Amino acid sequence: MSGRIVHIASNTFREAVRDRVLYNLVAFALLMSGAAVLVGQISIGIERLVVINLGLTAVSLFGIVIAIFIGIGLVSKEIEKRTLYTVLSRPVRRWEFIVGKFCGLAGTLVVNTFFMAIGVFGALLYVSHHFQRADGWVLVALYFIILQFLIITALALLFSSFSSPLLAAVFAFSLFIIGSFAEDLRGFASMTSGVSRWLAFGAAYLVPNFSALNVISSVAHAQPVSAQLIATNTGYALVYVGMALCGAVLIFERRNLK
Amino acid sequence: MSAIEIQGLEKTYTVGFWRKRQKRALKPLHLAVERGEIFGFLGPNGAGKTTTLKLLMGLMYPTTGSARILGKEISDPRIKAQIGFLPEQPYFYDYLTARELLQYYGQLSGIPARDRNRKVTEMLERVGLRDSAGVQLRKFSKGMLQRVGLAQAILHDPQIVFFDEPMSGLDPMGRREVRDLMEQLKQEGKTVFFSTHILSDAEALCDRVAIIHMGELRGVGAIAELTAGVHGRVELVWQGTAVPAGLRALGAECHITGENVRAVLAETSQDAALDALRKERLRLISVTPVRMSLEDYFVQQTGSSQAATRGAS
Repeated sequence: MSGRIVHIASNTFREAVRDRVLYNLVAFALLMSGAAVLVGQISIGIERLVVINLGLTAVSLFGIVIAIFIGIGLVSKEIEKRTLYTVLSRPVRRWEFIVGKFCGLAGTLVVNTFFMAIGVFGALLYVSHHFQRADGWVLVALYFIILQFLIITALALLFSSFSSPLLAAVFAFSLFIIGSFAEDLRGFASMTSGVSRWLAFGAAYLVPNFSALNVISSVAHAQPVSAQLIATNTGYALVYVGMALCGAVLIFERRNLK
Repeated sequence: MSAIEIQGLEKTYTVGFWRKRQKRALKPLHLAVERGEIFGFLGPNGAGKTTTLKLLMGLMYPTTGSARILGKEISDPRIKAQIGFLPEQPYFYDYLTARELLQYYGQLSGIPARDRNRKVTEMLERVGLRDSAGVQLRKFSKGMLQRVGLAQAILHDPQIVFFDEPMSGLDPMGRREVRDLMEQLKQEGKTVFFSTHILSDAEALCDRVAIIHMGELRGVGAIAELTAGVHGRVELVWQGTAVPAGLRALGAECHITGENVRAVLAETSQDAALDALRKERLRLISVTPVRMSLEDYFVQQTGSSQAATRGAS
């Protein structure tokens, strides 16, 4: 990785930290400690299941909101405030800028998720008093959640490279919702015929398959995640992120910064 | 080899909902800036100065034409290490301190880590921000931000610096400091290309200027060349309050001030005017060629009814 990408990524991470993005962890900590205490009092026998479900869903939603709302501003804010001018007038290629910004936000989300994961495991320990072997699958679920963040960040970057921040947020959030039901969309496609079948299949395979990346429910029920799924999801996320970033770079390379 | 060679650089935008209407921001521009000179790029607001600078910086792409900086095409990323740029009304990452910002730009410019701290400290000293080095930029005044902007533009010791309206919004002291800095850069052998609409700054600093209006180059050269001999007018001053009738017939503009009369007329009418004064036995005080000011030339070239901004110097 070029040094310039690392510097741009570090600066993006620093911006997120100084703009108090990680303050969401305080809200998350309050939510998890409140949930742990409450679940301990009202659930009998399913405390673990409730805490994992609630905790991982919260991790996912907190991260998606950060990925979208910071992701859409990664480039557009730099253009609007003209901070980009003094960066691109240096020996920095445009693709390096896009990849650096992506890596910076991805790093922020990973750090954020790490601290939230500590919160989830803390709540789990509080309600179960000890860890089980199956709790290790929670780490896999967290890994898949991070893959979701990477995809949504790349999409937010792609959309913000050609539309306004508001539209980019709408597009990214819509894709997150649709992608969460990607399996249902594929089921619907297989039940239709003719042109609508092809259209439905096209849409189903175009949107990111977030439902395949969501194993929260199964790990909450202590079900293992296959190595094949881990490998497939990893490859899928990397290809999707790569394509979205290539799209963002292609658009940004041609853009006139007025 | 010129420092900057611009050959037919042109920029046309498509505007309107259907993107069918064309707006020409810059007509084909041909310009050469020599090494080591301070070159002023003058024009009223909206003339095409910033568009030209953005094209040279690679922030925009030309519709046609090309430009070379130090012999390399502007699309060549390697040339960026040799240039510094201060945009108009710069805005920087306000969550960083002045030192952190310069460190960041130093990293992007490829300054080796072993030299970076020293260079940043020297630069902060040079632009008078040593005591504010650890303050976040969101707490900086406009003048201080401009100093940070200048520092980042010259931090990596570029051969050519581009300043877009560097004196804009600065108080007289700040403008003086910027002018001093530009002169220092010239003494160091750097080429300075700056855009401005403050003509007094250009007169005080520039070896040569170019005037651009409505995207079109209207004149280029040393200020003395541009303003000399264009008018061919002379000013006559004589004692008294009487204006000979013959002089008025020559189309002289006469102003009576105290005990003297001042008349400005075409140089070709000078002999006839002197004859008229002799005939009336008036005592001649002076005959002076009228030198056109840069402002006169600017207004003539831009055809602007708005008086050019004359900054207090």
